[in-house]
Amino acid sequence: MDYSATEMMIVAAARALQNSDVCFVGIGAPSAACNLARLTHAPDITLIYESGTIGTKPDVLPLSIGDGELAETALTTVSVPEMFRYWLQGGRVSVGFLGAAQIDRFGNLNTTVVGSYDAPTVRLPGGGGAPEIASSCAEVFIIAKHAPRTLVNRLDFVTTFGHGEGGDHRARLGITTAGPTLAITDLCTMHPDPETRELVVASLHPGVERTTVEERTGWPIRFGGAVDETPPPTADELDVLRDLNARTDRAHIQT
Amino acid sequence: MTGARILPLAEAVAEHVHDGDTAAFEGFTHLIPFAAAHEVIRQRRRDLTLVRMTPDLIYDQLIGMGCARKLVFSWGGNPGVGSLHRLRDAVEHGWPVALEVEEHSHAAMANAYAAGAAGLPFATFRGYLGSQLVDVNPNISFVTCPFTGERLAAVPALRPDVAVVHAQRADRAGNVLFEGIVGVQKEVVLASRRAIVTVEEIVDDLRPPSLNSVVLPSWTMSAVAEAPGGAHPSYAHGHYARDNAFYKAWDAIARDRHTFTAWMAEHVAGDDTQVDAR
Repeated sequence: MDYSATEMMIVAAARALQNSDVCFVGIGAPSAACNLARLTHAPDITLIYESGTIGTKPDVLPLSIGDGELAETALTTVSVPEMFRYWLQGGRVSVGFLGAAQIDRFGNLNTTVVGSYDAPTVRLPGGGGAPEIASSCAEVFIIAKHAPRTLVNRLDFVTTFGHGEGGDHRARLGITTAGPTLAITDLCTMHPDPETRELVVASLHPGVERTTVEERTGWPIRFGGAVDETPPPTADELDVLRDLNARTDRAHIQT
Repeated sequence: MTGARILPLAEAVAEHVHDGDTAAFEGFTHLIPFAAAHEVIRQRRRDLTLVRMTPDLIYDQLIGMGCARKLVFSWGGNPGVGSLHRLRDAVEHGWPVALEVEEHSHAAMANAYAAGAAGLPFATFRGYLGSQLVDVNPNISFVTCPFTGERLAAVPALRPDVAVVHAQRADRAGNVLFEGIVGVQKEVVLASRRAIVTVEEIVDDLRPPSLNSVVLPSWTMSAVAEAPGGAHPSYAHGHYARDNAFYKAWDAIARDRHTFTAWMAEHVAGDDTQVDAR
């Protein structure tokens, strides 16, 4: 069965989620992956969007984090201060699922500026919920398209702290959560090295060469001792994902 | 206690939004008070400090029309679509007016509104650890918990001069009901010195659907104005859905200065309104 690199990325990300997870969902690719998980192997997963919706089960992917369907299909909808105080900071979330414009080898994220802060080349949207999602969730998954301008050697700005300069940097700042434990791209999956916390390739998606990963990574990327091949998407995973995307496209062109 | 006055929107804005004010138009994706912002644009308010977690299209329009000199925010994109081009043009090129930026995270702003509502001078929370936002925003600091020694983030309470929000309905005494994604609507009204609330409808009986519904008493607000459709292209749960097609179309409208000003002249400001470039 033919599938795209993006479909492989979403499927691989969805598989990382478990039925028992309570997941704080970012918009875009994280939202697609989390809802694919819910519609396949993890029907009881609790999805939380920062607009305050807890246990939401949207039929189509929301364009924003606060589309009405998120509230209509949620178990409950709380205020935004309550969401960030009791649910996120209170330690109720097992996985935070984030995207970013720039990622470095230690899973730090930039969503603020390209160029200098005071005179940016590109002004990006900013931090939103990410800085505290990354410190308060038990662990963090990162998803992004694999490109040299995205996986960079040095971030222009650290919006969201991952493993900092590596090693025990999180612990030295008094952060008790695990931080980024998994990164998924359209080429591969990566885990942090247990000691250095540098992201290391754990599996290559079918047909992807090591040289392609090296060319599209802004730092000299390392490969784990036993690099697996990511299992390709199953027919069922692809059917569910494509149906979800088709429903979403239809819904968003209506006014 | 004096209750909110039920006023036409133009009078509510004229009376309660002044040049130079710190103004927070809130509504987290839902219930964004576009009609009130358009009235502010028509009345040509200037030098506003605009506070809002997600500037959204509403602040893209106010910034692009030259109403703001400063923005306090935490996420400034067009959700699911891309950039806010008028915000970017103001930050990157100073058009039509240079825009000072004070940038936070969502957790900081949500906590800062709650602190404002609670009458506290600052908010504290577990956050900002390792983020360079600390280096570029002097309004981010840290305090040490006197009981555990834990280092916690601190930001000043948000106390806007005026809050502007939208809701589903008010009764004739000016009590207001919010339903659905309630965001920071309650906190921003209680944190602000004055508050304007626009509603889809003013009714005889507020009909709160539950004993614990989100209701603000009339005496916590300055003015209530009926503005049916006043949250479009965002939405009012139970009345109309988010106009996602318009959010996508805005990308092309706002990308170019001339397309933007032509659209605003036709749909909001009237043909005689000019943008003041300074």
